[in-house]
Amino acid sequence: MTDLADRQKLSYIAAQAADARLNVELETEGMTLNIGPQHPATHGTLRIIVRLDGEQVVWAEPSAGYMHRGYEKLTEVRTFPQVTALINRIDWLGSFANEVPFILAAEKLMEIEAPPRAQYIRTILFELSRIANVSLFLGDLGVQLGAVTPVFFAFRDREYVLNLIEAATGGRFHPNFDRIGGLKDDLPAGWLAETKQVMKRLRGFCDEIEDLLFGNEIFQSRLRGIGVIPADVAKQYGLSGANLRASGVDWDLRRDQNLPMAWDKADWKVITHPDGDSFARCWVRLQEVRESTKIVDQLCDSLPSGPIMAKVPRIIKVPEGEAWVSTENPLGEMGYYVVSKGDLGPFRVKIRSASFNNISIVPWVLRGVYVPDVISILASLYFILGDIDR
Amino acid sequence: MIALAYWVQSLLRVLGGTVAVLLPAGTIVYLFLFKMMSFMQSRLGPMEAGPYGSLQLFAEVGKWLQKEDIAPERADKRIFRIAPLLVLVSTFLLVAVVPFGPDAYFTNFDAGVFYMLAVSSVSTLGILIAGWSSANKYSLLGGLRAAGQLIAYELPMVLSVLGVVIQAGTMNLQSIVMQQNAGSIFGWDGIGNPFILTQFVGFLIFMISVQAELTQTPFDMPIAESELVSGYMTEYSGFRFLIFFIAEFATAGVFALIASVLFLGGWGIPFSWFGWDSVGSIDNWMNVGGPLIMVTKMVVLSGIIMWVRFSYPRMREDQLQRFAWKVLVPLSLLNIMATAILKVVF
Repeated sequence: MTDLADRQKLSYIAAQAADARLNVELETEGMTLNIGPQHPATHGTLRIIVRLDGEQVVWAEPSAGYMHRGYEKLTEVRTFPQVTALINRIDWLGSFANEVPFILAAEKLMEIEAPPRAQYIRTILFELSRIANVSLFLGDLGVQLGAVTPVFFAFRDREYVLNLIEAATGGRFHPNFDRIGGLKDDLPAGWLAETKQVMKRLRGFCDEIEDLLFGNEIFQSRLRGIGVIPADVAKQYGLSGANLRASGVDWDLRRDQNLPMAWDKADWKVITHPDGDSFARCWVRLQEVRESTKIVDQLCDSLPSGPIMAKVPRIIKVPEGEAWVSTENPLGEMGYYVVSKGDLGPFRVKIRSASFNNISIVPWVLRGVYVPDVISILASLYFILGDIDR
Repeated sequence: MIALAYWVQSLLRVLGGTVAVLLPAGTIVYLFLFKMMSFMQSRLGPMEAGPYGSLQLFAEVGKWLQKEDIAPERADKRIFRIAPLLVLVSTFLLVAVVPFGPDAYFTNFDAGVFYMLAVSSVSTLGILIAGWSSANKYSLLGGLRAAGQLIAYELPMVLSVLGVVIQAGTMNLQSIVMQQNAGSIFGWDGIGNPFILTQFVGFLIFMISVQAELTQTPFDMPIAESELVSGYMTEYSGFRFLIFFIAEFATAGVFALIASVLFLGGWGIPFSWFGWDSVGSIDNWMNVGGPLIMVTKMVVLSGIIMWVRFSYPRMREDQLQRFAWKVLVPLSLLNIMATAILKVVF
C-alpha cells in the first residue's frame, strides 16, 4: 500500500511523463482538459483530469470528493434505526438496496433474523430498486452516445416501478422502509398482481431498448472493442457487479453468499460476458434487468404468509461486536463494516460502495482512447456520484 | 410580368429571402423539434402557449432576446461576435438560388449548382472561428471537428450533385426543375421524370451529406451535448445563440428545398397535366402554387432528416471520416461513372 502523498507523487510523475511523451515525437503541446466537475457526462460532480494529445488521452485521473457528505461520520451520531434514512442517499437511484446490507449487519450483531415473509419482501424490493436503477442506466446510455429518445422510454417505464415502491413503502426514492428484524409494513392489497403486470411491461421495455439501441450498428461500433478490461485487471482494481461479470468473472454475491434473503428461492441465472468491453458491460446490465423481473415474478408467486417483524426490543441496543455484510447492489458490491460498542448507535461504520472502486480503474482504462470514447467508457462503467463520494 | 422599380424589387427580394429563411426554420422547429420528437418520446411537448403550443416558438425567441449578450473574457471578441452572423449569411446566400416558381425566384443564373455548393461552405468558416475565438477547450475541439467533418462531407455532396448535372446537362436550377417536369419515362409523361428515379444513389448520398453538413445526429460529433457540452456553441448566449439556432434549422430547410429541386421536381407539377411545354406557357398561378409545393416537399424531406436525428446515436469522429472517404466518395464516383455512360448510350 502506498500512502496518499506517495500516490500524489506518482500521479505527478505520470503527468510529467505524459507531457514528455507528447513532446518527443513532434513539437506539440499537450492540452489538459477538465471533464467536470460540471459536465453532462459525469451526471453529478465527478471531475476527470485528462491530458490530451490531439483527441487522444495520454493520462487520466479521476478526482472525487466534490459531493462528499460525510455519511460514515454522520452515522456515529445517529441511532441504528435512524441510519437507514442517511444511507438511502448513497446510491440514490436504488435506495432500498442500500438499506439492506446495513440492516443485515445490525441483525447479525443482534443475532436475530427476519421472518420469511419479510425476507421475501426485502428481496422483492431489492430487485425492484435494481430494476429502477438499471433501467434508467439503459436510457441514459443512449443520451451519452447522442440518442435522445431511449431515455424517455426509460423514465416512462421506471415510473411504474417507482409507483410500486411508493405503494409498498410510501417513498419513491428514499423508502426508509427496512427495519432491524423485519419491515415497517406489510404489502398493500392488490400489490402483487400489479407487480407482475409491471414486470411484464419492464420485459417489454428491455426488448424495446435491445431493438432500438443494442441492435443499432452505430451503437455497436461505438462500444464494441472499446475500453476492454481483462478479467485479471478487473479483479486487481476491485471492480464488482456487472463491470466484473462483463469481464467474464462469474461472481455474484446474491448467489455466492448465504444471507437471510430469498434469492436462493428463485430460479435465475448469473449473466456473464467474455469480452470485457463497453458493449459487454451494457449488455450484461440489460440481461440482469430481465433476470431481476423473473426473480420478482417468482417471489411474488411463492410469497409465504406470516409476520413481517421478528421480536425486537422497543429500544434497540446492538450488542458489542463487529460485523461485515455486503450484498450485490445495482452498482456492484456494497458492504457495511459496523462496529458497535453496545450503544444506541454504531461506534463506527465503514461503507464500501461499489462506484468508488469501479471508477478506480479509470486511469488504466482511459489511457490511449479518444475523447468520444472517454464518454462511452464512463457511461458503461456506470457510476452514481452519491455512491462515489458518500 | 409586371415591371417594378429596382428598389421595389430589391425590397421584395429581401422580404422574400427573410421569409424563405425564417419560415422553414419555424416550421421545422415547431413541427419536428417540438412535436414529432415529443410524440416519439411518449410526451406531449409544449401545450400551453397557444393552441397545441404553437406560439411556444415566440416565447422561446423572446426569452433568448432578453438574455444578456456575454462574451468570455479571453475571447477574441470581435470575431466571436461575427461568427454566428457568418453562419446565418451562408443560409441567406443559399436560399437566394432556390427557385420557387416560374417567375418566383431571387436569382436565376447558369452556374446555380456551382454557386450553391460554394456558398454552403461559408458556414464552415463561421463555425471554425466560433470554436477558435471562444477561448474554450471544448469549443476548440468542437470547431476543429466541425471543420474536418464539413470538409469531408462536402466532397460526396458535390459528387452526388454532379450526377444530376450530367443528366440534366445544365447547372441552372430552374432548368433542372423544367427538365424533370417536362421529361418522360420511356415516353410516359404522367409524372414527368424526377431525377430521384435515375439518381437514387445520388439522392441517398446527398441526404447523408446534408445530415453531416447540418451536424445532425448521427453526425453531431462537433456539437455532442453529452461530451463537448455544445461544441462551438458552448460560450454563446442570448441572441447570438438564437442566430446559431435559426441558422441550423433554416439551413436544414434550405437543404431540403435544394434536394427537392435537384431530385423531386422542385416547384413543378408534371407539365403534361396542363399541356405546358415551355417556361412561357406555364400558368401564372404556379407562382403561388409553386412555393406551396416546395414547402410540402421541404416538410417531408426535413422530416426525414429530423427523424434520423431523433432516433440514432452519434458516430465517432474517425468512424464518420472513414464513412465519408471509404464509402460515400467511391460510391458517388461510381454513380457519376454510371450516369456518364448511360448519358452517352441514350
